[in-house]
Amino acid sequence: MTNSWNDIKNADVVLIMGGNAAEAHPCGFKWVTEAKANNGAKLIVVDPRFTRSAAVSDLYAPIRPGTDIAFLSGVMRYLLGNGKIHQEYVKAFTNASYIVREGFKFEDGLFAGYDASKKSYADRSTWDYEFDDQGMAKVDETLRHPRCAINLLKAHVERYTPEMVERICGTPKDKFLKVCELMATTANGERSMTSLYALGWTQHTTGAQNIRSMAMIQLLLGNMGIPGGGVNALRGHSNVQGITDFALLSTSTPGYLVLPTEKETTFADYMKSRAFKPIRPGQTSFWQNYRKFFVSQQKSLFGAAATKANDWAYDYLPKFDTAYDVLKMVDMMAGGQMNGLFCQGLNILMAAPNKAKVHSGLSKLKWLVVIDPLETETARFWENHGEFNNADPKAIQTEVFQLPTTAYAEDEGSFTNSSRVIQWHWKAVDGPGQSRSDIQIIADLHSRLRALYAKEGGAFPDAIVNTTWNYAKPAHPEPVELLKEINGYALEDLPDPADPTKVMLKAGKLLPGFAVMRDDGKTSGACWIYTGVYTEAGNMAMRRDASDPTGLGIHPNWGFSWPANRRLLYNRASADPAGKAWSERKKYITWNGSRWVGGDVPDYAPTMAPDKSVGPFIMNQEGTARLFARTAMPDGPFPEHYEPMDAFIANPLHPKVTTNPAVRVFAADAKSFGTPDKFPIVATSYRLAEHFHYWTKNVHDNAVLQPEMFVEMGERLAKAKGIQNGDWVEVSSQRGKIKAKASVSKRFRPIMVDGKPCDVIGLPIHYGFIGLTRKSYPLNTLTPPVGDASVNTPEYKAFLVDVKKTTPPASQPATV
Amino acid sequence: MAVTRRQFMKVSAAGLAASSVGALGFIGAGEGLAAGVRPFRLEKATETRNTCPYCAVACGVLVYSATDGTKDAKPKLIHVEGDSDNPINRGTLCPRGAASLGFAHSPNRLQYPMHRKPGTDKFERVTWDFAMERIAKLAKEDRDKNFVAKNRDGVTVNRWLTTGFFAGSSCSNEAGYLTYKAIRSTGILALEDQARI
Repeated sequence: MTNSWNDIKNADVVLIMGGNAAEAHPCGFKWVTEAKANNGAKLIVVDPRFTRSAAVSDLYAPIRPGTDIAFLSGVMRYLLGNGKIHQEYVKAFTNASYIVREGFKFEDGLFAGYDASKKSYADRSTWDYEFDDQGMAKVDETLRHPRCAINLLKAHVERYTPEMVERICGTPKDKFLKVCELMATTANGERSMTSLYALGWTQHTTGAQNIRSMAMIQLLLGNMGIPGGGVNALRGHSNVQGITDFALLSTSTPGYLVLPTEKETTFADYMKSRAFKPIRPGQTSFWQNYRKFFVSQQKSLFGAAATKANDWAYDYLPKFDTAYDVLKMVDMMAGGQMNGLFCQGLNILMAAPNKAKVHSGLSKLKWLVVIDPLETETARFWENHGEFNNADPKAIQTEVFQLPTTAYAEDEGSFTNSSRVIQWHWKAVDGPGQSRSDIQIIADLHSRLRALYAKEGGAFPDAIVNTTWNYAKPAHPEPVELLKEINGYALEDLPDPADPTKVMLKAGKLLPGFAVMRDDGKTSGACWIYTGVYTEAGNMAMRRDASDPTGLGIHPNWGFSWPANRRLLYNRASADPAGKAWSERKKYITWNGSRWVGGDVPDYAPTMAPDKSVGPFIMNQEGTARLFARTAMPDGPFPEHYEPMDAFIANPLHPKVTTNPAVRVFAADAKSFGTPDKFPIVATSYRLAEHFHYWTKNVHDNAVLQPEMFVEMGERLAKAKGIQNGDWVEVSSQRGKIKAKASVSKRFRPIMVDGKPCDVIGLPIHYGFIGLTRKSYPLNTLTPPVGDASVNTPEYKAFLVDVKKTTPPASQPATV
Repeated sequence: MAVTRRQFMKVSAAGLAASSVGALGFIGAGEGLAAGVRPFRLEKATETRNTCPYCAVACGVLVYSATDGTKDAKPKLIHVEGDSDNPINRGTLCPRGAASLGFAHSPNRLQYPMHRKPGTDKFERVTWDFAMERIAKLAKEDRDKNFVAKNRDGVTVNRWLTTGFFAGSSCSNEAGYLTYKAIRSTGILALEDQARI
């Protein structure tokens, strides 16, 4: 989230699209209720299903799954065409006036530079600005140049008329226009709109572009950096934010640094493309500190073994040739290219698409280690559960370990929530039986490997035996030791920059913030955005002062919010170019003549005067936010509507390029996609208020509340198929078939798409063959093994199926 | 807490006696009420601040633990409620968080390390030492056999591609960092979490 949960109360308009906060994040949704009750806010819900969020909305618009970009591009067309943008904000704080290179084009569904043989945009050189001889981007402040980013955007979205939106999305034109009008009421600095989304936007082959579309709308409306504004990812697991921050991801290192590729053969090469020189006069480019963050991180990881002479142990990091993301890993397993797998609290048999493929992959492993507090389908993939998991144990040669962990209230540590607030939790009781904490298990594994490599040698022992492990109890590092290591230390006395004869921070002291990090090996710090969380003043994650001096819901002394305890990102943009609040209502951070002041930590140099014209978006080299994304996205600098891979219709905008042309499809999956002649119904997956992922089916109360898998469908479809509420139904896709009970509801209404009726059904994700709930077919039996072009998030939210009435499953419940 | 809930009840009762009820002539009714209240069941429990284990809102939760009073008994969780001091949830919990005591006590919580031999149809209980030693051995064997020190162009790449690691997204930051550190140092590139899925 760019803003915070509490900040939602400051919104005047709340858009819930690509999520269902009332059911998936009920206690966060209270801030929507607060905004409605006390701020006069209007709630818009755009969703294929009339959800519980929709039930309390002021305006609900239906949409066909997988068509959000068409809808949002239509909104942009409306805003641009009707002068409903925050003109001064857009001009000063975005790249609207930047001139894009000649040669950039979009034709017949493809941007410039597409290579059909590689199925990717191999040449993205035209996706950039024109530069002058000083390396500065050229701009036209008058916005008259035809290749100004905003003019190209206008031309790009011109095709998304309300009629086209209705044709693609199935959203009635009048509903769509009402949504546009309500959003447009915030294009002024007086009012703000917040956008709340979750997996309903990410789990598409155009997922990242869905969110980008919304970010562009928020920029056009001037809603970024503003109280009650922002683009807010509500997110899933309790610490998915923290685990992302720590880069448990194939091509990253902690703090959103990038793991080196094999083309970056030396540290110098690696740094060359990360110089992040400003490309507009006088701009601050925050990533110019990249080297300091990287070197400090290497010092945390490898301590004394990371030296200037060995390029800070650059070779200790693996260099990647391609991304080894979840889908790639499953493809490698299924292709017999993997021998071992660890699953730490991740139930991959349920969580990855195309269960049959995942099952075949797990069956080909030599060994599998499952580390979890609960029984999981993954740990028991080899077990026969009748039609729900028809495995033959004798034929599966995988050696499996199941290691019990502590969980909830049985260990201590910090979690980072979706609005970046790091909160400590304390231990209350021991875990059951012989369970051990994840920390203990990892420490044990590392210690054993380290001892084996020290004793026997083997392949490249260097990185393993030189990993910093200076904990009081090496087999059981304490969470506070780890959080201090994450924060970072002065490894030598640090001189005062103002007076080098003085010492600013003595060796061994914890760093007060990332600003003091150095690239000469004198500081450590594993994850720069967390620096400041544990200082000489103590563990900031433990702070429990709930006071809120401004009344804006900032709570600056509750826990610690990364980066630098900043609660609202890009908050410099809450003031106009002169540093004055856009309006009294939305006053947040302002210039008082000598400093930026307000209730939050400014997202800006604290004494940088407004007349220096440094842009508020300091993470970009241009200091402004991007309506035109340059080369940041692999599938285009502007969002474009592409059909889901299981396409319901030929793309009305460009029938020859129906689906996202930059999507990666593995050879093994070439025939995995369904067509509407065989599978004429659109399906989407969703979550229930009573369940969390695949865990709470192991919890008695939740299992009683929502005991079994079902398929939700509208009355028209049920009638057409002769299905009554409670009947058994077979749902089939190109990937497989499941049986589930029908739940016939009024929440799905048929819509008209491209001239034909479209029925949508919904399937909850939570059920499997392990748990206190009734045994069910896992939903991922049906879902396509393909991901978003940018980040490879699987397309769980839009796929094609058929449904028919059927007989009950042969086998029925028995719990593990 | 400086004032226990039972003391609070007594104070309230005294206040009640001296106010409206007292004014109506029912002097003593408050004391009678206070004496009749059985001990509040959380009075002897230990209160611990926590956050909900499920979604990323991170609602504050108070967990209460107590022993059954027998000698050497370990404390167990007996109650869970929302933390009204926490500004994010202000004491509310959803149907998942409110039932989270059942997660701690689920009959499907794992208790012991288990091992399934290839081709068999059951898990067998093993010791931690057996499991961890065997896992370390299998991992080292695979790594030593398949580690790629240099790619075809002779560039040092130090990667291990034949083993993967899925990291838990409900592990703490501290556990996540330690996992990153331990796993990346082996050269594993196939390291992923729940963020994409």
